[in-house]
Amino acid sequence: MIDQIQQRILEEVADLHVVPEGAYNIRANGESAARNTTANIDIISKTDMSGIDVRIKPGTKHESVHIPVVLSESGIKEVVYNDFYIGEDSDVVIVAGCGIHNCGNQDSQHDGIHRFYVGKNAKVKYVEKHYGEGDGNGKRILNPVTEVYMEEGSSMEMEMVQIKGVDSTDRKTFAELAAGAKMVVRERLLTHGSQYAVSDYVVKLNGEDSSADVVSRSVAKDHSYQKFDSQLVGNAKCTGHTECDAIIMGNARILAIPQLEANDLDAALIHEAAIGKIAGEQIIKLMTLGLTEEEAEAQIVNGFLK
Amino acid sequence: MLTLENVSFEVQAEKGQKEIIRNMNLTIDDHKFVVITGPNGGGKSTLAKLIAGIEKPTSGKIYFNGTDITDISITDRANLGISFAFQQPVRFKGIQVLDLIRLAAKKQLSAADACQYLSEVGLCAKDYINREVNGSLSGGELKRIEIATVLARGTEMSVFDEPEAGIDLWSFQNLIQVFERMRRKTDGSILIISHQERILNIADEIVVIANGQITKQGPKEEILPQLLGTTSAVDACDRFYQGGKQS
Repeated sequence: MIDQIQQRILEEVADLHVVPEGAYNIRANGESAARNTTANIDIISKTDMSGIDVRIKPGTKHESVHIPVVLSESGIKEVVYNDFYIGEDSDVVIVAGCGIHNCGNQDSQHDGIHRFYVGKNAKVKYVEKHYGEGDGNGKRILNPVTEVYMEEGSSMEMEMVQIKGVDSTDRKTFAELAAGAKMVVRERLLTHGSQYAVSDYVVKLNGEDSSADVVSRSVAKDHSYQKFDSQLVGNAKCTGHTECDAIIMGNARILAIPQLEANDLDAALIHEAAIGKIAGEQIIKLMTLGLTEEEAEAQIVNGFLK
Repeated sequence: MLTLENVSFEVQAEKGQKEIIRNMNLTIDDHKFVVITGPNGGGKSTLAKLIAGIEKPTSGKIYFNGTDITDISITDRANLGISFAFQQPVRFKGIQVLDLIRLAAKKQLSAADACQYLSEVGLCAKDYINREVNGSLSGGELKRIEIATVLARGTEMSVFDEPEAGIDLWSFQNLIQVFERMRRKTDGSILIISHQERILNIADEIVVIANGQITKQGPKEEILPQLLGTTSAVDACDRFYQGGKQS
């Protein structure tokens, strides 16, 4: 059963206010709490390890899968393997997300290993949100690993969001794109306190006319630390763009490492990285509209991460 | 009513203190459309910043409706009813035009209401309302949005710092109509810093500032004829032709 704390966390990570339509699997404190499958989308528990297989039939259109995870007991540590088999020509939305409520003194940790096998000409929108809360001394730790294997003509749009409360994240994303495959990643990150967040991307553009656009916008406050390491490898005629745009505040530290590797004459790759504090004139402009300095700063950060 | 009393502003320069504004006394009456002009480097923009609170005077007092605002913050002045349009509008990544207009209006305007302010400044609202206020907008577009934020505030006193700066001639011709309309509709005071003859031409009063001091002040009918042909009252087309010859 889902209790109130878990319900609130579900709202944070999956925008779920009611039981979602379509297929879903809600995992709470290490166990499956609710599941629904549809005629086109099947969810099967793995037998050899913790996790699920999500199988989406070819041609499935306009359906969604929600697989949120909630940890509300202190001291839980889990590694979960979720595999997604997305059939040819399908068009689906997958919403994952993990929220940790830790009021205790032990660390809570969820390491989700997600593998996506995206079939020919399939279209996937994937949303993954992280959220942490609770005032205990125990840390809230999330280490997601995402692997994406994209067949010809497929497309995947990934929205990765971590705005509050997660103490430590080490995110690894790996993708291989076949001919004509298209990947778009939009990462948004806000760290505060003494949080630590590392995000590592390796995208291999193996097929002709494949393309990737990996963009991160982040804000680091207080004493937090962020590292964004994004590597695009062009192994064929392809286009790739990666960008890291960060606002630094307080005593935070940010390391941005965009990397490009071209192994083909026709690989066109671009990277951009910018780190800077909030411009004084932005704050002044909003103050002339009647906002206080603090309100102005909050508006600028919210807008930047929107 | 805005009153400056013996206001001076100095900055630290290489050769000691440099006076940008010297002992200035100026009153802007209610419901007046006042244009400040004068040579570049004369202290006009500094004066606008002193009124908005972005700079603080080295000495002297500034009063707004009888309240001494000399030492109060930008925020407090804004909330008392002073608006300021920047010469170079600020860009914001991620903040949309609608967000900025809502912040200016200090209420959750509907998109339709916000659109009215954009239409007012000659922007086709539906094309802009969801755009980010970032580098993808041209100088002229940013300028109009900047003016729309001031309109949305609807305060007693609006200060515009060189609305013609940094925009092309075509955009400027359209912008003049915005000010002409504002002239007719607004019941607050408008203070514009400008060199443009067409803007000077719709003023109730013209103030000429040079070397940090007021050199002329009076009704348009009296002051404008003295300025025509000088750099304080530039015809937009002159500027265009001069630019053509130089290139």
